[in-house]
Amino acid sequence: MPTPVPEQLSQAVETLYRAESGRVLATLVRLLGDLDLAEEAMHEAFAAALVSWPQTGIPEKPRPWLISTARFKAIDRIRRRARVDLTQQDHALSLEAQINETPFDDEAIEDDRLRLIFTCCHPAVPPEGQVALTLREICGLTTEEIASAFLVTPATLAQRIVRAKALIRDKKIPYQVPDSQELSVRLAAVLQVVYLIFNEGYPTETQGAALSREAIRLGRLLHELLQEPEVKGLLGLMLLQESRRAARASPDGDLILLEQQDRSLWNTEQIAEGISLTESALLSRRFGAYTLQAAIAAVHAESPSAAATDWRQIALLYDRLLRIQPSPVVELNRAVAIAMFEGPEQGLRLIDDLLAREHLSRYQHAHSARADLCRRLGRIPEARASYEMALALARQEPDRRFLTRRLEELK
Amino acid sequence: MKYLCFGYYDKAKFDGMTESERNAMFDTCFEYDDQLRANGNWAGGEALQPAETALTLYWKNGKVATTDGPYAETKEQLGGLLILEARDMNHAVQLMSQHPAMRYGNIFEIRPAGDMTDIEQASKKRRRQKTTR
Repeated sequence: MPTPVPEQLSQAVETLYRAESGRVLATLVRLLGDLDLAEEAMHEAFAAALVSWPQTGIPEKPRPWLISTARFKAIDRIRRRARVDLTQQDHALSLEAQINETPFDDEAIEDDRLRLIFTCCHPAVPPEGQVALTLREICGLTTEEIASAFLVTPATLAQRIVRAKALIRDKKIPYQVPDSQELSVRLAAVLQVVYLIFNEGYPTETQGAALSREAIRLGRLLHELLQEPEVKGLLGLMLLQESRRAARASPDGDLILLEQQDRSLWNTEQIAEGISLTESALLSRRFGAYTLQAAIAAVHAESPSAAATDWRQIALLYDRLLRIQPSPVVELNRAVAIAMFEGPEQGLRLIDDLLAREHLSRYQHAHSARADLCRRLGRIPEARASYEMALALARQEPDRRFLTRRLEELK
Repeated sequence: MKYLCFGYYDKAKFDGMTESERNAMFDTCFEYDDQLRANGNWAGGEALQPAETALTLYWKNGKVATTDGPYAETKEQLGGLLILEARDMNHAVQLMSQHPAMRYGNIFEIRPAGDMTDIEQASKKRRRQKTTR
C-alpha cells in the first residue's frame, strides 16, 4: 500500500494542476507529438508527484520536474506498447533519442500553448468540438465542468472531445502556429471560439460568469503571445462587456437594458483596461470587427448616462463595422443609434426598411427594437403587436420576463 | 472522481479461445491493471463468474422472490467491474481505451459514481431527529 498523502500536499498538487496543467500539457504535446499520449503521461507525472513529493518535498521548479517525469513515463508507455505493437518501436526509439536534447525554457512553453490553441481551434474540428477541447486542454476544466456550463450531459461532452481528438489524430493536424500567410484566417477561428465561450457566459449568472472568466483568461493568454490588433480588440470588447455584469440584471435576475443600468455598478478597472486596449488596437490601423465593437462599447462606457451618450459617434462606428462585416444585425443596431439622435421616426423608417429587405422577421431583437420606437412615438397598438412578436420568439427566461413587463406597461 | 466501468464480453468467443490465447489476454490485462494501480487510478474491481451463476432477488406479493440467472439477459455478459479514480470523464475514457481487453472485443460501459453525500447527510439528520423526538 502506498503511504497516504498528507492533505496539505494533495491540496498543493491540485492547485499546481489548475495553474500548470495547460502549460505542461502543451509542451508535452510538442515533445511527444500526440495529444492522448501527452495527457496520459501528464496524469502519470502528477500521480508520481503524489508518491515522491511526500519524501522529497515539492521541487523548487515543479514544472520542469513534471515535464521530464512525464517524458520518461511516456517512453515507458511506448516501450510497453511496442512489445505488442511492433509499429511503435520506431516511435519509442525516437523519443528516447530526443530525451537528452535541450528541453524547454519558459518562452518555449508559452509558444507551446499558442500552438495547442491553434490545434484545438482547427477548422477541421466542428465548432462545438473546438470549444470543448479549448476549455479542457488549454483552460484545464474537467469534462463535467464544461458539460454543466453548456447544459449537456458529461457523456455527450466526453464524446465531443473524443471525436475532436480522433479528428486531430486521423487528419494529422500539426501542432504549430500557422505561418503569416494563413495566420489571419486561422486566428479569426481562434478568436471566434474565445468569443463564443464568452457569450455563452453572458446571460446566466452562476456557471456563465465562470465561462466569461475563462474566455477573458484565454484572451489575455493570446494577447501575451500575439501582437495582433484584433486580439487586443477582442480582449478589450470582452472586458468592456464584462464590466457591466453587476448592472445588467436585477437581484431577481430580471434583465436591465443599457439605458436603465445603474452606471455606478460598472467595473471601472475593467473599463479602463478595455478602453486602453481598444485605443491601442485602433491606433494600429489594422483592426477589424472586434476592435470596432469594442470601440462602440467604449463610447457607452465613457458616458455618464444614456442621454449623454455620443450616439452620432456610435452610428459612425456601426457604419464602419457594416463595411467590414455586413450584417442585418449590425444594421439594426445602427438604426437604433440613429433613432437616439435623429429621433424615433428616422429609426423606425430604417428598421421597417430592414425588416422588409432582410431575413430578420425571426429575430427577436428586431421586433423589440421596433416596439420600443413605436412606444416612444405613442403608437401603442403597433408597439404592443411588435412586443408580442418578440415575446413569441424569445427563448431566454429573463428576456421573456422583460418583454412581458413591457407589454403590461402598455395596457 | 470515481468511475465504474462495466466490462461486457462475448462468452461464446471466450470459450472458443485456446488456453494460450486466454493466458496471453489475462497477462496483458493484469499487467495493465498493475499499471492502473501504480498510477493511483485503480479504485477497485472484481471479475464475475458466468451469468448463469447469478441469483436475482425481487419483491413480489409482500415477500422476496428469486429467479436464477442474471436480471438482464443480453448477448454480451457482464464479466467484471472496474472502479477507476480519474480526473474527469475523458480521463476515464482514455484509461479504458488503453485497456488490452478492448482489443479482445470487450465492451466497457463507463458510469460516473453517484455522489450520495448530500442525500446521506440529510437522511442522517432525519434519523437523528426521529430518535430525539
